[in-house]
Amino acid sequence: MTILSTPSPPPSHPAETRRDHSLTRAAGKVLARRAAQAVGVTLAVTITCFVIVQNLPGDIAFRIAAGRYGYDKVDASTAAEVRADVNLDAPAWQQLGGWILDALRLDFGTSLVTGASVTDELALHLTATLQLAAVALVLSVAGGLLLGLLAAQNRGGAVDRLTDAWVSLVRALPPFILGLVLIIVFSVQLGWVPAAGHGERGNIVLPAITLAVGLSGLFARVTRDAVAQVLESGHVHFARTKGLARHVVLARHVIRNAGVTLVSYIGVQVLILVEGVVVVESLFAWPGLGHALVHAVFWRDIPAMQATVLALALIVVVVSTLVDLAVLALDPRTREAQ
Amino acid sequence: MNITQQANGKAPDMPAPSSPTTLWGMSGPVRRRLSWTRAASAGLLAVLVLFALIGPLVWRQYAGQDLSQFLRPPSFAEPFGNDHLGRSVIARLAHATRLSLGLALLCVTTAGIAGVALGLLAAWRRGWVDQLLLGISEIFLALPALLIVLIFAALASGEMWTIYLGIALAQWVEYFRVVRARSLSVFASPAVEAANLLRLGPVHVLRRHLCPELAPVLLTMASLGMATAVLAMSTLSYVGVGLKPPTAELGLLITESLPFYYEAPWMVAAPIVVLLLLLSGLLGLRTQEVRR
Repeated sequence: MTILSTPSPPPSHPAETRRDHSLTRAAGKVLARRAAQAVGVTLAVTITCFVIVQNLPGDIAFRIAAGRYGYDKVDASTAAEVRADVNLDAPAWQQLGGWILDALRLDFGTSLVTGASVTDELALHLTATLQLAAVALVLSVAGGLLLGLLAAQNRGGAVDRLTDAWVSLVRALPPFILGLVLIIVFSVQLGWVPAAGHGERGNIVLPAITLAVGLSGLFARVTRDAVAQVLESGHVHFARTKGLARHVVLARHVIRNAGVTLVSYIGVQVLILVEGVVVVESLFAWPGLGHALVHAVFWRDIPAMQATVLALALIVVVVSTLVDLAVLALDPRTREAQ
Repeated sequence: MNITQQANGKAPDMPAPSSPTTLWGMSGPVRRRLSWTRAASAGLLAVLVLFALIGPLVWRQYAGQDLSQFLRPPSFAEPFGNDHLGRSVIARLAHATRLSLGLALLCVTTAGIAGVALGLLAAWRRGWVDQLLLGISEIFLALPALLIVLIFAALASGEMWTIYLGIALAQWVEYFRVVRARSLSVFASPAVEAANLLRLGPVHVLRRHLCPELAPVLLTMASLGMATAVLAMSTLSYVGVGLKPPTAELGLLITESLPFYYEAPWMVAAPIVVLLLLLSGLLGLRTQEVRR
């Protein structure tokens, strides 16, 4: 690259407005696609749950009656009451239609086990999960970014090799085993933090670390690869040749370019996070969506399962949408691909 | 679970790197080290497969209880001692390894065949078939694999077929997306156009153009998918919604031995080590692919 090949002149005003149009158009397409995805997921999960309920062993009316009135008061008359109330004698397609309409109104009925409103409980679980996920995500992004940047700065060096080993180790380490080891070391042996539960100070430490460690390894590798790729590129060489200080090159030219890859990787991370949440919350008795889901599956509480699965899936859709939009805003080239 | 998603969230959209060495700036020594890792992983896996195949023949009694052998420490005949019911730990481990590897292989084969077939179909027919399959795969993409497996576990919890179907159903999407994307570009390539003009027929295109393009990716995805399946299965039984005791399964072995971790640490350590070795063996096979 020579000095003569000057960068193209700054875009004039009309070009600028045209680019803004391309952004809105691309954003509209992204939103439409993601909305279709959200509706599709809602329908698929609702229909599946409906089919499962239809095929549960035993009479569903008795199960619901047990949830509502307690196991002592279950008999033919309460079951008949439930049957009339929930419209269980209607043809299957009518019931399914009712389920879908209810799901769209965010009304998931009552739990088959506790008899409480699923939607009310969902709000509590959602808060707990978002709390945990936010802490874990911040920890992992900070740790992963730092490691990845250091490793990319000095490829083949000690930090790079250590990061490499760390990443491989973390990938082959199932979250439930990591959580187990953390509990044994830090709460049983050392007694620094409580092992499980919610509401006490320090309860969030172990589950958040367990989640963050799993995420940070991959994030470190993606950061390293993205930054390394940008560092090799012509414009970074040029910036160096121009005499810019190392940190200026990093801040102005490298991080922003690598950011596109990193932001789109967060979309992948949220899938890992959701799965991790299911395992880690069960392990540490953290009362979030994942914990509720495992309970619902264990007790075959299908309405609760439907609600938690949908909530987790919609979190994935929402985060993916935000990531898509962020990438469009960061990298104009992606707008044409839409 | 998460392991697969990481690669395949990226894989379909990533342009094929023209020159792997320069793209990620990988230096010589790193490459050599990675292929060494691969050989080590293959060796490790071979040992584990051997253990899974021969172990159950050597140590047949995996369910027989003998309370007089309660928590007996390791000896020459019983390298990992006996558990709280006096059962041989190594016999249970061998059976659990066989179960994990077998079920994982079954899941991956099913998901692979279905995903590849549908991916080829979508790329070949285009039009509404493609759109329909793409739409269905979008729904699956919003559902993390573990959620799909959990829904199936609710159908009939503790039964093997629900876990098998759940994992297979969660994994076909990845094969579908990758095969579809790669086949589309292969079908559009000048080489295939020439083959079509020469009337060499679909079998030729499949053998000479699609297979060489797809095989390495598919093999990588399969080893990853097996790791995912092994992990999903042990996680499910660990949290109590997978297979049920007295089945010998890695996650269950860990759960069952936990209450005795103070008296018999070897009993807890053995299944954890086997699980870790299994996962790192399966993941190590593909290290090179990650770094290209």
